[in-house]
Amino acid sequence: MEKSVVFNNRLLPYLLLVPQLIITFVFFYWPASQAVWQSFLREDAFGLNSEFVGLENYQSLFADPSYYKSMLTTLVFSSLVAALSLSIALLFATQADKNLKAAGAYKTLMIWPYAVAPAVAGVLWIFMFHPTLGTLARPLRWMNLEWNPLLNGNHAMILVVMAAVWKQISYNFLFFLAGLQSIPRSVLEAGAIDGAGPMRRFWTITFPLLSPTTFFLLVVNIVYVFFDTFGIIDAVTGGGPAGATTTMVYKVFADGRLGGDLGGSAAQSVVLMVIVIALTAVQFKYVERKVQY
Amino acid sequence: MALRQFGAAAAVAATLALGASPAYAVVEIQWWHAMTGGNNDIVNKLAEEFNTSQTDYKVVPSYKGSYPDTMNAGIAAFRAGTAPHIMQVFEVGTATMMSATGAIKPVYQLMKDAGEPFDPKAYLPTITGYYSTSKGDMLSFPFNSSSMVMWINKDELKKAGVAEIPKTWPEVFDAAKKLKAAGHATCGFSNAWTSWALIEQFSAWHNVPIGTKANGLDGFDTELKFNSPLHVKHLQNLMDLQKDKTYDYSGRASASEGRFGSGECAIFLTSSGYYATAKGTAKFDFTSAPMPYYPDVAGAPQNSIIGGASLWVMGGKKPEEYKGIAKFFTFLSDTNRQAKLHQESGYLPITKAAYEKSIKDGFYEKNPTLQTPLKELTNKEPTANSRGLRFGNMVQMRDVWAEQIEAALAGQKTAQQALDEAVAKGNAMLRTFEKTAK
Repeated sequence: MEKSVVFNNRLLPYLLLVPQLIITFVFFYWPASQAVWQSFLREDAFGLNSEFVGLENYQSLFADPSYYKSMLTTLVFSSLVAALSLSIALLFATQADKNLKAAGAYKTLMIWPYAVAPAVAGVLWIFMFHPTLGTLARPLRWMNLEWNPLLNGNHAMILVVMAAVWKQISYNFLFFLAGLQSIPRSVLEAGAIDGAGPMRRFWTITFPLLSPTTFFLLVVNIVYVFFDTFGIIDAVTGGGPAGATTTMVYKVFADGRLGGDLGGSAAQSVVLMVIVIALTAVQFKYVERKVQY
Repeated sequence: MALRQFGAAAAVAATLALGASPAYAVVEIQWWHAMTGGNNDIVNKLAEEFNTSQTDYKVVPSYKGSYPDTMNAGIAAFRAGTAPHIMQVFEVGTATMMSATGAIKPVYQLMKDAGEPFDPKAYLPTITGYYSTSKGDMLSFPFNSSSMVMWINKDELKKAGVAEIPKTWPEVFDAAKKLKAAGHATCGFSNAWTSWALIEQFSAWHNVPIGTKANGLDGFDTELKFNSPLHVKHLQNLMDLQKDKTYDYSGRASASEGRFGSGECAIFLTSSGYYATAKGTAKFDFTSAPMPYYPDVAGAPQNSIIGGASLWVMGGKKPEEYKGIAKFFTFLSDTNRQAKLHQESGYLPITKAAYEKSIKDGFYEKNPTLQTPLKELTNKEPTANSRGLRFGNMVQMRDVWAEQIEAALAGQKTAQQALDEAVAKGNAMLRTFEKTAK
């Protein structure tokens, strides 16, 4: 019964690949190589004079203690955001997967926040939690709860984590829901007949069968927190207070765009790129083994 | 249906907009700016007035976001070869702009080439000094200038039993304690613009250097000096008061100015340009007073320095476009227009004639609030410490300084440690800048 497709034309498979290759080249290899090249230069903001300085940008980067601090901040920030956004989305998805009235409306509402731009999401959270303007900061003050993200680094971190998680939940929800709906009912029913309770069914049947989705989302979420969150951080805390929310990608943005230090900023983005490539490789090598397709 | 209606409306609007512009060739001058609210209206009105006053040139203002956003948009556009003609850049971007030889066209050159009448002495020296070379050549055209003043909620001060507006820092601390006791539990006094208030203005007002080489005005090989005992003492005082919110930190920019308007903070240091907003929002009797000083510092108060923004002309444009820009600057310098601009917006007049006209009109008798920054600026003959400042990488350096001040106020560092580190980090950034700005 096996059907094999044979391309008689030798050129055709390459031609079919060309559009994808062009996109990858234009949107990844080209800018990435530019960044690598720029990381060896020292240039003023206007690009009027540039000078080849070899590894000097990298040397000053790794001599800077605030860079290690931003690595640590990134670790805290990304683990919190990935863990929270995945687990909350999974919880919502399992609930939405039940037979509910108005499930359609519920699902639509869950997906909405994904349409909000990161910076806008940041502004929304500012309005709620700004120590003086915030609609939710006032009740906190009434309850005598200390709330001051302008000076307290932990408060600022909580704020950006909440904003980043809120933004990502819808995306994860969508994929989890699709994943859940593709799990054959018969398997779950068989489990139920064998006497497995809902929790046991979830952990022994649903969760393993969902693992391809979870794995995919883990990779996507890591990329999201590493690259896509600077809009939120810029709008909510500006990396402050005292650098408490300056993640690596925000530092790239701040040094390059606000500081005009393009060489140093390029060196940072190269380091960041290497880290994310390594992380993804590790995930594919070790985590993927546990995935059951 | 709704969409179609919208489409139709947009089409009509587009036709109207097209119909409004004259059919013959006018030279368009792109003006990128960062003015919001009432000041945005003023920018649009100025452009409109200029456009109707003559038929050869058309100034097209576009709002490009915050000051740093506008500057970055302009730099990015320059790199892509699509820079605007005029770009509004805030004062701390001055060093970056002036070191970009070739990317900009100095204003004195522009006016000379265009043959426009231009007398640099007609402008207020404390303002133009900020935007001129050490030889006195004006590089950019001052647009909106302000200084820092202390805004006072007179009603609340009276309620708290503070009879006189405090003049010195110790008096401010006392007043803030009384205010706190009288119900201002979350804020006795505060300020916006962390670095501008606590380092830059504070230093000039007390005649102590921020950095060597006249705060960088005389060369890029400058070193920071603001970890002096006086600076440490002031930060320590604020740290002590932050503990019970007699002083309460309000963030790096001006977003928290609303704390004054809402009545939460009855003493608030921020830009004199806050006037237009205060007038619109404050439902109480308010005024502005000069910044406080430490009475034990000899010679204090000295004079304040300006903030705000100037208009930079970008390089590589056509001669007829430069002619139009020069004409626009002449238009802006007109005494009546400057006086009106000053009286409406609260920003400082840039020409001496406009200041004198406002005095003669009796404007300050009715609006003493608007004279406070001018009195501060002209309080004494400026010294090397109070002429202004010009540091490279200043936009980001301000954040680095503010970070350290935040760490101190949060109790993570001592005042001395924080300022030492701010100086060390700032010096490293200055050296990087010195290498790129040859």
